[in-house]
Amino acid sequence: MDALPDKAAPVPAVGGSAPLAGPSPPPPTNPPPSPAAAPAPAMRAASSPLARFWRNPAVKIAVLILALVGGSALFGPLLMPARYQSPTPLQLAPPSFAHWLGTDLNGRDQLYRVFIGARISLAVGLAGALISFFIGTTYGLVSGYVGGRTDAVMMRAVDVIYSIPRLIFIIILINIVEQPFHAWLQGKVAASSSEALRSLPGYSKTLILILSLGLVEWLTMARIVRGQTLVLKNLQFVTAARSLGQTHRKILTRHLLPNLTGIIAVYLTLTIPAVILDESFLSYLGLGVDASQASWGTLLSDGAQAVNPIKSSWWLLVFPAAVMSGTLLALNFLGDGLRDALDPRGK
Amino acid sequence: MPTADAFLEVTDLKTHFPIEKGFLVKKRVGTVKAVDGIDLTLAQGEVLGLVGESGCGKSTLGRTILQLIPPTEGTVVLAGRNLAGLRGGDLRRARADFQMIFQDPYASLNPRMTVYDTLAEAISTHKNIPRGEMPRRVSELLSRVGLSPRFIRKYPHEFSGGQRQRIAIARALAVEPKLIIADEPVSALDVSIQAQIINLLIKLTREMGLTMIFISHDLSVVKHISDRIAVMYLGRIVEIGPSVEVFEKPLHPYTKALVSAVPIPDPARERHRKRIILSGDPPSPVNPPMGCTFHPRCPYMIEECRAAYPPFVDYTPGRRATCIRLHEINPPA
Repeated sequence: MDALPDKAAPVPAVGGSAPLAGPSPPPPTNPPPSPAAAPAPAMRAASSPLARFWRNPAVKIAVLILALVGGSALFGPLLMPARYQSPTPLQLAPPSFAHWLGTDLNGRDQLYRVFIGARISLAVGLAGALISFFIGTTYGLVSGYVGGRTDAVMMRAVDVIYSIPRLIFIIILINIVEQPFHAWLQGKVAASSSEALRSLPGYSKTLILILSLGLVEWLTMARIVRGQTLVLKNLQFVTAARSLGQTHRKILTRHLLPNLTGIIAVYLTLTIPAVILDESFLSYLGLGVDASQASWGTLLSDGAQAVNPIKSSWWLLVFPAAVMSGTLLALNFLGDGLRDALDPRGK
Repeated sequence: MPTADAFLEVTDLKTHFPIEKGFLVKKRVGTVKAVDGIDLTLAQGEVLGLVGESGCGKSTLGRTILQLIPPTEGTVVLAGRNLAGLRGGDLRRARADFQMIFQDPYASLNPRMTVYDTLAEAISTHKNIPRGEMPRRVSELLSRVGLSPRFIRKYPHEFSGGQRQRIAIARALAVEPKLIIADEPVSALDVSIQAQIINLLIKLTREMGLTMIFISHDLSVVKHISDRIAVMYLGRIVEIGPSVEVFEKPLHPYTKALVSAVPIPDPARERHRKRIILSGDPPSPVNPPMGCTFHPRCPYMIEECRAAYPPFVDYTPGRRATCIRLHEINPPA
C-alpha cells in the first residue's frame, strides 16, 4: 500500500509545523487526551522514542550488561582453550589466575560453566517469552476486539488458569511428558546424519521446560493486551476505520497491533527475566534442565551445596548468582526504559 | 413524509440501549432511549444542521444512520437502499457511500500512520488503485482540503488541530461518499480555526454535491452552514425548518429558549436581548416524562401536555414542530 520509501520515525519539524492555508493556527496548548496520541508539535523536546530510549542512563547500563552476558555466552566458550572444558584433578580450587572463577567439585572451570549456563538460561528465557508472547497477544487481541460474551468467557478462562499453581503444573507436566517425548525425539532423529540433530534428545527436558514455561507465562500478556485493546477499539480512529468499511483483519493488523507494540515490547522484556527465574528455580530443584548440563539454576544448586561452614567454596555460589541477578536487573531496566520511551507523553 | 426527491430517508428510527445488571447472567433493568422515533428526509445536496443539548441523542442518531450503532427499530434508506438491513460484507461495501467526520481530530487519526498511509488506506478500501498512481491521488485529496502535498509523510502529532481535521475530512472524502455526517467537527477547535473548517466544508459540499448532516450544539455554527435545521430534544426532533426562519422565528418553546441563548454580536441589540431561562435539567432518557417530554421545563405548559407526546404540527410549508399550542403561541404576524 505504501509506495514511498523511507518511513523513518516521526521527527517533528524544528520550530513547529508550518501551516499552509490561511493564518497560522496556534499549536494546541492542551496535551492530547488519548494515551495513544503523540505530543503536540509545540513540544520540540519530544524526539523520537528511540532517542529518548538511549538517553536513559539505566538503559545504557542495562544494554551494556546484556551485551556482555549475551556476548560471552555466545563467544566465551569458543575463546577458551579446550582444556577448560573437561574435568581436571584440581577440585574446588578458589579463583586464581588459571581459573578466574575457581573450579567446582569435579575440577571443572567455573567461568566456562557460567558461560554455558548463560546459554541455556538465556535461550530458555527468550524462547519461553516468545511462546508466551504469541499465545498471549493473539488471545488478548481476539478477546478484547470481539468483546461481549466471548471476552467474558475467555477472560474467566484466564482467571481459572491463573489460579493453578504454575510451578506445580510444570513439574507434573514435565513428569508426564518427559519420557514419551524423549523416546519420540530419539526415534525421529536416530536415522539423521547430522551430529547436532542426534544430540537433540539430550535436550528434551529443556525443550519441554521452554514449552511449558511459555504455556504458563502468557496469561499476564493476554490480560494486558486485552485491556489495551479494549481502550484502543473505542478510540475514534478505530471507529473511523470501521466507518470506512475496513475489514476486521485490517483493523486488527493496521490499527490495533501497531498501537500495541509498545506495551507488548515492554511486557516481553519483562517476561524474559520471569521465565529465567522460573527455569532456575526448577533446575535448582533438579526438575528443570538436566544436572549434567549447566544452567544458572543447576550452578546455583551446586554452589549452595558447596557452601558450608567447614570448607566454604563461596565462588561456586557468588559468581553465578551475581551474573544472574545482573542479567535479570538489566532486563527489568530495559523493560522500564522501553515503557518510558514509548509513552508518547514522556519527557 | 416521503417526497419524490428524497435522497436520505430516515423512518421511525430508534436506538435503545439496555441497562444491564448482574454477573455472568445479565438482567435488563432499564432502557436508555437515546434515539426514540426519528423521521427525517434529506434532498440530494442538502445540508441539515442537527442541534440540541449534550446528551439529547444527536451523535447517537448520526452513528445510527451510518450503521455504526445498530438501530433498534426503523429504516434508513439512502438512494433507494435500506442500510438498516445490511450486514457483514454488504454493509462494509455500502460504506463507500456514507462517511463520518469526527469531533476530536486528536483521536480520530491513527497516531502510528502517516498522512499518506491514512489516506492511501481510505482510498484503497473500496477501489483498486495501481501503486504508482496512489501518491498522485493522495496529493489531490490533500490539496482539495487545503493542505500541501509536502505534508504527505508526516505523522498526525506534527499537525495542529485544524490541520488534523482537514486530514480527517480528506479521509472521509477519499471513498467519494454521497452522504457525510459531521459530528461536531469544529467544537474541539479554536474559534479562529472553526470558521476555516466550516468554510472548507461549505466549499466541498457545493463542489462535490454532497449531502450532509452537520451535528453541533452551537447554533451560530449551524446557522452558517445549514439549509435546514432540526432541533433535537431527548431523542426526538421537536422542530425542523429552513435555517434562517428557525433563527428569525423559532416556533417550539425549546427552540425559542435555545435561540434566545445565542449572544448577538452587536452591543446595542445584545443589551435588549430577551433570554428565556429554562428551569431544571433535561430529564433522563431512561425515564422520560409522560406526554410531551419537554413539559416539565416548558413556560407554556398546559394540562393537556401531560397526556400524550404531541404529533408534528405544520406551521408554514416546510416548517413544523411538535407542540400542541404551536399556532396559539406563535400567532401569524
